[in-house]
Amino acid sequence: MSEHLISVTDLHVGFSTRRGAVKAVRGISFELVPGATLGVVGESGSGKSVTAYAITRLLDRAGEITSGQVSYFGRNLGSLTEAEMRRLRGSAISMIFQNPRAALNPIRCVGQQIADALNAHGRLTRAEQRERTLQLLRDVMLTDVERIFRSYPHELSGGMCQRIMIALAIACEPKLLIADEATTGLDVTTQKVVMDLLSSLVAERGMGLILITHDLGLAARYCGEIAVMREGQIVEKGAVDTIFGHPRHEYTKRLIAASPTADSTIEDLVPEGEAERFAAPAPMKVSGAPLLLEVRNLSKNFSGFAAVSDVSFTLAAGESLGLVGESGSGKSTISRIVTRLLDKTAGEISFKGESIGEVPATRFNSHRARRDIQIVFQDPHESLNPRYTAFDSIAHPLRTLEKSLPREELNRRVRECADRVGFPAELLTRFPHQLSGGQKARIGIARAIATRPSLLVLDEPTAALDVSVQAIVLRLLDNLRKEGGLAFLFVSHDLNVVRMLCDRVVVLQAGKVVEAGRAADVFMKPTSEYTRTLLQAVPSFSFRARAKVESPVEI
Amino acid sequence: MRGIVRVSSRIAHRLLASLPALVGVLVFTFLLMRVLPGDPAVFFASSPTAGPEEIQQIRVSMGLDRSIPEQLVLYLRDVLTGNLGRSMSTGQPVATDLAQRLPASLELTLAALVLALACAIPLGVMAALRPGSAVDHGVRLLCSIGVCAPTFVCGLVLIYVFYVVLGIAPDPTGRIGAFDAPPPDITGLLLVDYALVGDFESWLSAVSQLILPAVTMALFVLAPLARMTRASMLIALGSDFIRTARSVGLPPFKVIVGYGLRNALLPIITITGVVFSTMLGANVLVEKVFAWPGVGSYALDALVSSDYAPVQGFVLLMAMIFVVVNLTIDTLYGFADPRVSLR
Repeated sequence: MSEHLISVTDLHVGFSTRRGAVKAVRGISFELVPGATLGVVGESGSGKSVTAYAITRLLDRAGEITSGQVSYFGRNLGSLTEAEMRRLRGSAISMIFQNPRAALNPIRCVGQQIADALNAHGRLTRAEQRERTLQLLRDVMLTDVERIFRSYPHELSGGMCQRIMIALAIACEPKLLIADEATTGLDVTTQKVVMDLLSSLVAERGMGLILITHDLGLAARYCGEIAVMREGQIVEKGAVDTIFGHPRHEYTKRLIAASPTADSTIEDLVPEGEAERFAAPAPMKVSGAPLLLEVRNLSKNFSGFAAVSDVSFTLAAGESLGLVGESGSGKSTISRIVTRLLDKTAGEISFKGESIGEVPATRFNSHRARRDIQIVFQDPHESLNPRYTAFDSIAHPLRTLEKSLPREELNRRVRECADRVGFPAELLTRFPHQLSGGQKARIGIARAIATRPSLLVLDEPTAALDVSVQAIVLRLLDNLRKEGGLAFLFVSHDLNVVRMLCDRVVVLQAGKVVEAGRAADVFMKPTSEYTRTLLQAVPSFSFRARAKVESPVEI
Repeated sequence: MRGIVRVSSRIAHRLLASLPALVGVLVFTFLLMRVLPGDPAVFFASSPTAGPEEIQQIRVSMGLDRSIPEQLVLYLRDVLTGNLGRSMSTGQPVATDLAQRLPASLELTLAALVLALACAIPLGVMAALRPGSAVDHGVRLLCSIGVCAPTFVCGLVLIYVFYVVLGIAPDPTGRIGAFDAPPPDITGLLLVDYALVGDFESWLSAVSQLILPAVTMALFVLAPLARMTRASMLIALGSDFIRTARSVGLPPFKVIVGYGLRNALLPIITITGVVFSTMLGANVLVEKVFAWPGVGSYALDALVSSDYAPVQGFVLLMAMIFVVVNLTIDTLYGFADPRVSLR
C-alpha cells in the first residue's frame, strides 16, 4: 500500500479525431497525499480536464490513455476492469463539474439522484437511504431539506445545484474529490460560499482535492499546491506561495501578469512585446464632455416581477461606466433596454438629448440612433453567425444600416475596422469555426464599431475568454475608447476588470442601485455592505488579499 | 383535487381550442368532394341506361339540386345533430358504419404500434450505444428496408412466405378465423372481447389473424421510431448528467435506461403520436391486402364511388382522433418531463 492517495506517472492521453490523432496530455506526473489540495491551472486546451477524466477513466470514446499509469493507493487503475472501476467511482474518487444544473438529471428529483448514488455502493433500506440523503443535504448547508429532496434541478438556483452536486459527490465517502471548474459561471459571492463549503468538507473528512480551474485567484485561495499546465504538460509545480511569489517558468509569469487583481492596471496585463502593438494614445479628457446618455427612473417588469426598478445614471461622451452586480441584479436587462433591444416598463432614456425610450424596440432598427448605439455580446463563439465569414460579420451592420454604401467603400470600412481591432486582414475570408476565441472576440468588437457608434454597450465581453486573451481584448477596448472617443457602458460581474476599465461604476442589487460613484472610490472605500461583500468574495492571489482570508473558513 | 381540476380544465381548454380546426376540416372536405369530378347521382342510378329524369330524381333526393352554400349549411346542421349522412353503397348510416369498422382499425394499429415500439426502442438504444458499429449499421439497414419496401409488397411477401410456402399463417382474409363465431360486441376489439368471454381458442385464432398485418404495418413505422430513438438517445447519452451518473458509479443499466432513455423519451413520444395517427388512417393498403374490415378501406371504397357522406365522415373522424391523440401526447409529456407542466 502506497502512502500516495493518487499518483500519476508519465500520463499520455490521445484523442483520435477526423484530422488524425491529437495528443491532449503529454507526459504529466504528480502525486497527492491524503488530505492534500492540488490546484491545476491553465487556459482552455491545456489538458487539465482531460487529466481529470483520465484519472477516473471517464474519457470520451475518442480519447485513450496511450501510456503512463494512474495509481490509487498503489493500485494501478489502468489494470482494473470496467466493473471494478465503476465500484471505485463515487466511493473512492468523485468529481464535481462545471454548470451544475446541466450536470444533474433534469427529470429526477435531486434527493432521488443522491439516493441512486448511495444505492450504487451499498445496501440500504429505503428509509435509511432517505435519512442519509437528508443528512447529506444538511451537510452541504441546505435548509428545508425535505422540500429540496423533492425538487427538480430547474426549481433550484445554480449555487444550490452545485451544493447538491457536492452532496452527490461525497455521498459514498470518496477519498479523492476532483472539482472541474466547479464554480465557473457562478456569481462571486456564490462561488465563495460553495468553495468555502467544499474546502471545509474536504478538510473535515480528510479527503484529497484536485481543483481544476482557469482562475488563478481561486486556486491560490483554496489550494496548498499548484500545477500549471500548458499544451498537455505541467510547466511548473510547487507550493502556492512559491508559484505566485517566485514563478520560474515564463508561461506562469505571463498567466499571473494577465490575471486582473485588485491593484493591476490594463497596462500590467499584457506583456511588453505585445503591448507595443498598441501605442498608447494620449488619454482623452473626459471632464466637461457633453452628456451622451441619460437614464432616469428606469423600471422593467417581467410578468409582475420587477427586474429593474427606478435606476438612474448618466454617461458623458467618451466616458466609461461600469454596471456591476450578481446574476439577477438587472444589469443585463438595463444594457438591453439601453441598446433598445428590449422595451422598458417606465422611465426615460435620452440619448444625445433625444428621448429614445419611447421608440418600440421592434422599430428601433430604422431609427437613426441605431448606428450610434452598438453592443458587443457576451459569448464571442455564440454571437457570430456560423455561416458568415469574418468579413460578412463585420459588414453586416454596414449593409443593413448604411444601405447605399458602394462596394469599394464597404471593403475599405471593413478593413479599417478589422485593422483597428488588430484582426489580420488575410483572415477576413474565414468562418468562425476556423478562428480562435480571441479572434472571434475581435470580430464581435469590429462589428460593433463598424457603424462608428458613439456608445458601445459591452455585455460581459470577456467572460468566455482565457485570461491571456482577455488581457489583450481589454487592452484593445481601452485603446479604442481613448482614440475613438467612444463611450462604454460596461456590464460585468468581474469587479477587477470593471475597476481597470471604467471611470465610474454603478453597483446593482436586485434591480436597484446600491452604490454609484468613481470607480476608484467605490472599490477602495465602498460605502454599502453589499459592495464590500462583493469585493471580499473576489478570489485573489495578491498576498495582501490572501492574508485576510487565512482565518478559519466560516460559512 | 386542485390538480385534477387544473388538468381537466386544461384538457377542456385544449378541446375547445381544437373546435375551429375541426370545423375547418369539415368545410374543406365538403368543398373538396364537390370539386372532385364524378356525379354520385349517375353512379347510383339503378342501371347504366337510366334516363336523365331518373338521375335528376336521385339528385333531388340527395339534395344535390340545391346551391353549394345551401348544401353546406344543411350538412353542418346534420353533423351538429350527430347525423353524418347515409352511405349510398352500404345503405347504412355513416356513423354506424364507422362505429363498426373503427375497432378493427384501432386493434390493428395498436397491435402494430406496440410491436413496432417493442422492437424500435431497444434497436435504437443499441445503435446509440455503439454509433458506427455493426449493430448500428444493421439497424440502419433494417430501417431502410422497412421504409423502402411499400407496405403492400411487404404484406404480400409475408403472405407468400408464411401462408403459401410455410403454411403456418391462416387465410389472410379478415379478423375472425374461418371456424370461429364472432364474440359478443362489447368493446369491438376482438382480442379484448374474446378474453372477456373466456374463449381462448378463438382468441388465439384472432391473434394469428392479426399477426401478419400488424407485422407489415410495424415494419413500415419501425424506421421513424428507431431512428428517433437513436438520435435522442445519442443526445441524452452525451449530456452532462450522464457523465455525472457515471462519475458516481451508477450501474450501466441504470445509467442507460434510468437516466438516458427516460430523458430521451420526449421526442419518441412525439413521433409515436404522429406515427399512430398516420397508421390509423393512411395504411389503407394493409387493410386491402389482408381484407381487413377497417375504416381506411371503407373510406377508399366510398371515395372511388363518389359517395360523399362516408368520405366526409371518415375525415371528420380522423380529425377528431388526431385531436385526441395530440392531447394524449401532451398529457404524456407532463409525466415524462416535470418541466413541461410549467410552460
